[in-house]
Order: sequence, then C-alpha cells, then structure tokens
Amino acid sequence: MASVRIGGGQGFYGDGIEPVADVLAAGVDFLVCEALAELTLAILAKDRQRDEAAGFTRDLPLYVGAALPFIVDGRTRFVTNAGGINPVAAGRAVMRSLRASGATGVKVATIVGDDLRGHAAALELPDDTIFAAAYLGARPIVDALDGGADIVVTGRVVDAALFLACLVHTYGWSWDDWDRLAAGVVVGHLLECSGQVTGGNYSGPWWENSNPLRPGFPIAEVDADGSAVITKPPETGGRVTFDTVRQQLLYEVHDPRAYLSPDVTADFTSLTVDDLGGDRVRVSGTRGAPAPATYKALVGRPAGWASEARFTYSWPDAEAKARAAVAFVRGRAEAAGVSIDEWREEYFGVNAFGGPTVDLATATEPPEVTGRLAWRAASAEEAGKVGRGSGVLGLSGPPMIAGMGRGGGAKPTQLLSVDALAVDRALVDAQIRIEIEES
Amino acid sequence: MTRVTLRDLCAVRSGDKGDIADVSLFADDVAAYDAIRQSVTASVVADHFAGLVDGRVERYEAANVLALKFVMHGALGGGAPRSLRADNLGKTLGASLLRLEIDVPADVAAGAKRGGRAPLPWR
Repeated sequence: MASVRIGGGQGFYGDGIEPVADVLAAGVDFLVCEALAELTLAILAKDRQRDEAAGFTRDLPLYVGAALPFIVDGRTRFVTNAGGINPVAAGRAVMRSLRASGATGVKVATIVGDDLRGHAAALELPDDTIFAAAYLGARPIVDALDGGADIVVTGRVVDAALFLACLVHTYGWSWDDWDRLAAGVVVGHLLECSGQVTGGNYSGPWWENSNPLRPGFPIAEVDADGSAVITKPPETGGRVTFDTVRQQLLYEVHDPRAYLSPDVTADFTSLTVDDLGGDRVRVSGTRGAPAPATYKALVGRPAGWASEARFTYSWPDAEAKARAAVAFVRGRAEAAGVSIDEWREEYFGVNAFGGPTVDLATATEPPEVTGRLAWRAASAEEAGKVGRGSGVLGLSGPPMIAGMGRGGGAKPTQLLSVDALAVDRALVDAQIRIEIEES
Repeated sequence: MTRVTLRDLCAVRSGDKGDIADVSLFADDVAAYDAIRQSVTASVVADHFAGLVDGRVERYEAANVLALKFVMHGALGGGAPRSLRADNLGKTLGASLLRLEIDVPADVAAGAKRGGRAPLPWR
C-alpha cells in the first residue's frame, strides 16, 4: 500500500487560505484544518453570547470551498475542528455552502459531545461558566470516516487527533497499538500548526527561507507502521529540515516523554528525526503507552473587561515622553476615582520611523518608544472611562507624538479566565453523537 | 571556559498553555547540548526570568533532538484570554531566554552556529 498523504491546511482561526491550494494541487488523501487554540474557544464563546447560532470559526466555508473540487472528485477528504463550541451550526454552514455550489452527494459528519455544560452540577462548574469543553480523541472521527463521511466537522478535540483519525481509518490500527497511535499523534502534532513546521516562526536563519511571499503548508506521507516523511508542496516557500521539524515537535508539549491525549500517551523523546534533504524529513521509531484515565477539559468564565491606549513618541527623550503620556492617563483616572483592578504599562520601540537616519550601532537611547497602558475593571463602562479625553495629548502633551493607535477610544474587551479540568471519560463518551447528512 | 550568549549557540521556540509558558532550547551538536544541559538549569532560568515569571520552572530533556524544555508557571499574566500583556501568548519569552549568558568549553563557543544576523537595508 502506498503511503497515505495528509495535508495541514490550517493552524489557527485566521490562518492563510492561499497555501491550501498548493497542498491540494500536490495531492492529499486528507486535508486537515485545525482551527482551535485555547484562546480561540474564548473568542468563540463571546460570539455565541451575542448569537446562539454562532460559535464556530467563520472562515470554515472558505476552506471547504477551496477543497470542494477535490472532495467532489473523491480525491480528498476533509477533517476539521472548526465547529468550535457550536459544531452543529458549523455543520449547517457547510451544508449551506455545498448546496450553494451545487455539490450533491457529499457526506458531511458532525460530531458533538465535547460540550460539558449539561453536566454543570456533576462537574461543579461555576455559575458564570461561558463554555466548558472536553478534548475528545480520534475515535468519533474514525467512526465518521468509516461511515463514509467526505467532510468531518468536530468541536473541541485534541488537535493531533484530527490527523491520527485519518491514519487509524486508513490503516485500521488497533486502539491498543500504542506505538502506532503515538506515531499518529506525532504526525498530527507536527502538522497541526500549518507553516510552523515548514519554516514559519523559524528560530534560525529565517531570512534565508525560499520564496517568503508564498508560504508552503505541510504534507505528511505516512506509512502503515506510523513512520512518516514531512514535506511541503513543490515550488512553495519556507523549508523543511531537521531544525524546523524538531522546533515544532516540542512546541507546547510540556513533558516530551509523556504527551497526553485521550487515545495514547506519546513519548516524543523516543523517536528519530532524519533530514533526507530536499525539504524531506523522516520521523520514525515513536513509542507510546496507554492513554490517561480522564479527558482534559477547559472551562471559561468572565474575568473583567480590558481596554488600552498607546502613545508613540519620537527621539529625543522618546521614553520619557511615552512615560509622561501613560502617567497622564493613569493619573487622571486615579484622580477621578475610576475603579481599576489591574494596570499594565509596556514601553516598546524599534526603528520604525527614522530609517537610514538612525545609527542603531551607536545610539545611546532608542529611536522611538511606544508607551502602552492597559487596564482591567469589573465592567465595560468602568473600563471605558479611563482613556476618554487622552486625545488632548495630541496637541497638549510631550512633543513629536507619532501615533496613538486606537487611543482612548478603544472599546473595552471582555476578559475570560480559562481553567483546565479532568473529566470522567464515561460521562463524556455517553454524550458523543455523530450525525451524517448528504448534500 | 568561554562566555557566550545563548543567542549565538541555540535556537528557541515558545508556546502557551493556560498561564504556562513552554520554551524549548535547541543545540546544534552533542557537545553544545551537553554544555547547555550543564549550565542552563531550571534554577538558572527561574533566576533569569525573576520578575517576569511568577511561578516555578521545570526542565525536561529531549536528547534525541538535542533540546531542553522549560515549562514556566505563572508566566503569562493569567493566561492568554485574561492577560493585559501585548504578548499575551508569551511568544517573545524564547527571545528573552536567548539573552542569557553562560560559560561553555572553548571548543563549544568556537563551534557556535547561530551567529548569523538578518540583513537590514540601511545598515
């Protein structure tokens, strides 16, 4: 059997869409779009507060649209967690896109069951919980693919499980074949952040990456034993090397000997990374162990409202001026008795304005400094009081102000606190449902 | 022994989980890996980030990819959706780790491969 080819089509909500065309043109059996970071759930929860039919990543139809000709031809199947905290609404949006484009006979699976709000009492969720979601594993996705789904839409699942599921479906790996399951998790972990394994965010000579105007997204060629070659479409930019692959391998994994998922515990220190040259890197030898006894979940709650103001000043005395502007806003709010729970001041500056006139090698002070002041209050109204009137700094503050960003007019943003929780697996498994609908 | 800045010796990548920053440090050969394993301990990193990171720092080793992993608790002002920091995801904390200076054997310093600098048009 030839190796199965999986493309990483998305690494976060808001990622690029153009690189997906190159991945599809290169030929992949599965296109996997990973849309959910921890922060994304908080963003989607705020969407759902405003509109019960929202709560999924709204760029989903773009990705489906890009892949549709390949899906209709049966060349590529599409798996995504873009359902966010409302996979049912996401599934409906996909069906609408399919109907609008006249695509018939496409099977769309929607997987629900990660939402824990129905168990608020048993889990002792706080009364003000905005979202509570368990990280599901690969099994329901495998069931959906086994059931003939061309498109699978999930909510919160472990990112790597989206990819692992394609491999278990293809190769029929057993659920206690720990080494192969762990190898599948490694493939998923390497691809789930799109360009971050193909030269993006590269700590190394990133400026030597080929064709930076056309970032390449990753493709994994995975064999039945779980070993894989990580590569990217020909002609695309970036690079795939030992260095780019190992940087992504350890990204956000905490203990690399025991990377936990609902399907397996993977040992990332057990594998071998071989640079084959030509943007091809082989990963093999991964060892696995049984999965943990519980699911991980995230619980989000309101955590106040934030806003901010920025003031950028030119040399000379740029930092002193920025500090004076921040002190002006903060001092006036404090004098007016505005109730602020937390302040944060930041001063950052690079040579954004001076160009060739600035000799950074001999400079004794930064060429400009942006002072940033952020704050938190219990209500949007209270948070909104601070910046008002700071526009007066434009003509009546320190000299040579270069910009005030959103200034004092920025609308307060709601903050959320998010805590992790261990959840009994039986409780979650009992509520997992897979709906398959045909367009 | 020779003093080097980690910037010249290592690559780095940082990420987040809740209020935890997760920073990996990569060496380019076994000698450099042994040197950072000796010098860049969890307590050295905790001291380096004192004032920026509130909680404990744990270190893990991944010899197969010549890397050390630092898991820094209380590092993100309450976590990305709650933080007032511009860098609420802690992406720059890796760069801050590269500012650390350590003493390494002279041959490791001489073999440092990360000294390249991005070109700038007006310099």
